[in-house]
Amino acid sequence: MLKFLFDLSFRYKIPLWGSMLIMAPAFAVSALFIAGTYADVKHDAIMTSESLARTLSGPLFEAMLHDDVWRAFQILRSPLQVSDRQDRVAVESLTILNEKKQVYVSSAPNRFPMLVDYASLGNEYRALTLRLDEANEGEPLVVDMPESGLIFVMTPISADGVRLGTLVLAHAKDAFRPRLYTIAQRALLATALILAILLPVNWYWGQRTAVPLMQLADRIGQVAHRVPEELQPGIYNYRDELGRLSDAFSLMVKELRHKAVLEREVIQSERLAAIGKLSAGIAHEINNPLAGMLVALDNFKHHSGNDERLLRTASMLERGLMQIKETVGAMLVEAKLNSRDLAPQDIEDANTLVAGEARKKAVNLAFESTLAECLALPATLIRQILINLLLNAIQASDPGGKVGCIIGRDRNSLRIEVVNGGKPLPPERIEHLFEPFASRSESGHGLGLWVTYQITAQLRGSIQVASADGLTRFVVMIPAGATT
Amino acid sequence: MRKTLICLVLIFFWLASAVAAETTPTLHVGMTPALLHDQHRLLADWRSYMELELGRKVKFVMRDSYSETMDLLRLGRLDFAWICDYPYLRLKREVRLLAVPVYQGKPLYRSYIIVPATDSHSKSLADLRGTVFAFADPYSNSGYLYPRYAAKQLGEDPNRFFWHTFFTWSHRGVVEAVAAGLVHGGAVDSYVWDSLAELNPKLAGRTRIVARSPEYGFPPLVARRSISSADFQAMQRMLLDMTDNARGAEILRRFRLDGFVEGNPKLYESVAEMMRAFGEE
Repeated sequence: MLKFLFDLSFRYKIPLWGSMLIMAPAFAVSALFIAGTYADVKHDAIMTSESLARTLSGPLFEAMLHDDVWRAFQILRSPLQVSDRQDRVAVESLTILNEKKQVYVSSAPNRFPMLVDYASLGNEYRALTLRLDEANEGEPLVVDMPESGLIFVMTPISADGVRLGTLVLAHAKDAFRPRLYTIAQRALLATALILAILLPVNWYWGQRTAVPLMQLADRIGQVAHRVPEELQPGIYNYRDELGRLSDAFSLMVKELRHKAVLEREVIQSERLAAIGKLSAGIAHEINNPLAGMLVALDNFKHHSGNDERLLRTASMLERGLMQIKETVGAMLVEAKLNSRDLAPQDIEDANTLVAGEARKKAVNLAFESTLAECLALPATLIRQILINLLLNAIQASDPGGKVGCIIGRDRNSLRIEVVNGGKPLPPERIEHLFEPFASRSESGHGLGLWVTYQITAQLRGSIQVASADGLTRFVVMIPAGATT
Repeated sequence: MRKTLICLVLIFFWLASAVAAETTPTLHVGMTPALLHDQHRLLADWRSYMELELGRKVKFVMRDSYSETMDLLRLGRLDFAWICDYPYLRLKREVRLLAVPVYQGKPLYRSYIIVPATDSHSKSLADLRGTVFAFADPYSNSGYLYPRYAAKQLGEDPNRFFWHTFFTWSHRGVVEAVAAGLVHGGAVDSYVWDSLAELNPKLAGRTRIVARSPEYGFPPLVARRSISSADFQAMQRMLLDMTDNARGAEILRRFRLDGFVEGNPKLYESVAEMMRAFGEE
């Protein structure tokens, strides 16, 4: 049970423990206050009783001396008639015992009938009769029996050393209760007021601390499986330990995320490099025999005479081989060594070249170039990149869609940004976007982006793609002056 | 000048009457618990009525027991007194019967034996054997003589019939003692109990009558033997005429009395009978 309390979330633990810490002293103080008041009231009651007993014992002595029961009765009743109910030290009953320990007369004759043995009235009265002799003249004896609901004050009725009996005043402990209730009520009200102020503060403080802690605990629990989510911004802005912990966690998440991106990029580029190497190798291996085959076929055409059938077959073979050559050529991305520098005109050319395609699909092409002078970059390759990206964007666009293109210098790099509003790319597509034949569509062989990536990689540039808010954005950065 | 003369004449008469009042001795009237002698306002009104009617100063002398009033009568300190029938008979040689109140049409009253209302089993005095019992006054007929006589009639020793007894020195005290449960029973004047039943029904309601005595002569007003015939007659006339006077009738109404009659010592014969049973008289 106790463990359950300790296992609770801070969300509950802090307000609960806080409340307990507030309530415990509040109740303790109230209890002390009530106990103190009880003692005071009891003391007052006893003091009043003692003085009352001293006042009454004189007239009672005389009444008993004359055996005037009625007068004694009237004397006993007089203090009861004047004391009102609000009297906090009200006397419950007054009883005179004679020397035979019988009831001489009582203010409550129904409970204490005349001449009945006091001890026969109950255990507490038996106990009292045993202590009658302890009450001395001028010094009333106070008897507070825990098991009894009454406090007794016993005073001898005597004069000049002659004792005629004993006056027993009884106070109901209950009589103090209304007063104690009033005090307890006030104490509880004060406690409730304090709690009404402190508990919400405590609760707020608990939430304030617990919620970031809970989120931290939750996020740290994710670390083993994946990069955890960031903390909710502004959840804890203070510079205490919790604030520092939150900051450290945020930093860690940032690092982890960065690392994950790097890892993914490395894996991707390694994979693409491997594919590039493989495809280049295969292309070379195909190209060599292919060139031989094409030469042989050419020879064959020359020497086959005018046989119509043979010529048709030969030219069919030749077309097939040429297609292979084209495909292989497309895969084999090789930077042309002897290329001139990129001029602004090249960019305009690319725009002109794709304009027809854009018109065909009714795509609105917004083209913007801030390139004003030549850049030390191979013009052919850059043109190829630009055309590939633009054609890809036009293809991805829906009819009537928009494609945007911004080209400019970014410090020492050429920056090409192409945006289209077509269907967004899911992350798993982006992952494999630059692999050959990744995007098979009706038009194109799916090598456009692969070629673009390979060229960019060869030019030590970077290519990034992001799909968000209905826009797919390709950004290519190629450092100027790069050579293959 | 004329005005001054009138003033002087008025002052003279005023002084003369003051001197006259001063020389006429004050009448001392003893009051006992035979009636509800704690009705102070009523007694004050009655006293001023007497002074007005008699043209004399009247002083009421209150005593809580019959014996004190009886002593004062014997000593000649009282001119008149309202006492119980039993003391009247005891003082027969020293006092003259002045007037007897008429209660419920007759100059008679009774003794009631009462028990607490919580006691539902007691049916008569016989059921109160061995109990704690309250008497009103040792010189009260209804509150002492009758219950003891009744016990004797049951063939019991009146001194031992009750386990314990004490006096409350007033009939009202008996009712209070019984109502409080201090005693198991008590004997009370029927006139007092009936009056209390009207004035303080809550108190009387806590008691229950279990026995009613035969009727006896109502506690009378008496005069000391040595009183002058003029004073005796003036007083008697004043009392008998109260019914004819509007203020007097109002006071009688408040006393719950019909009036006063001259009365006859024979009225108290049955009380004397009881006294003889105890060897008195």
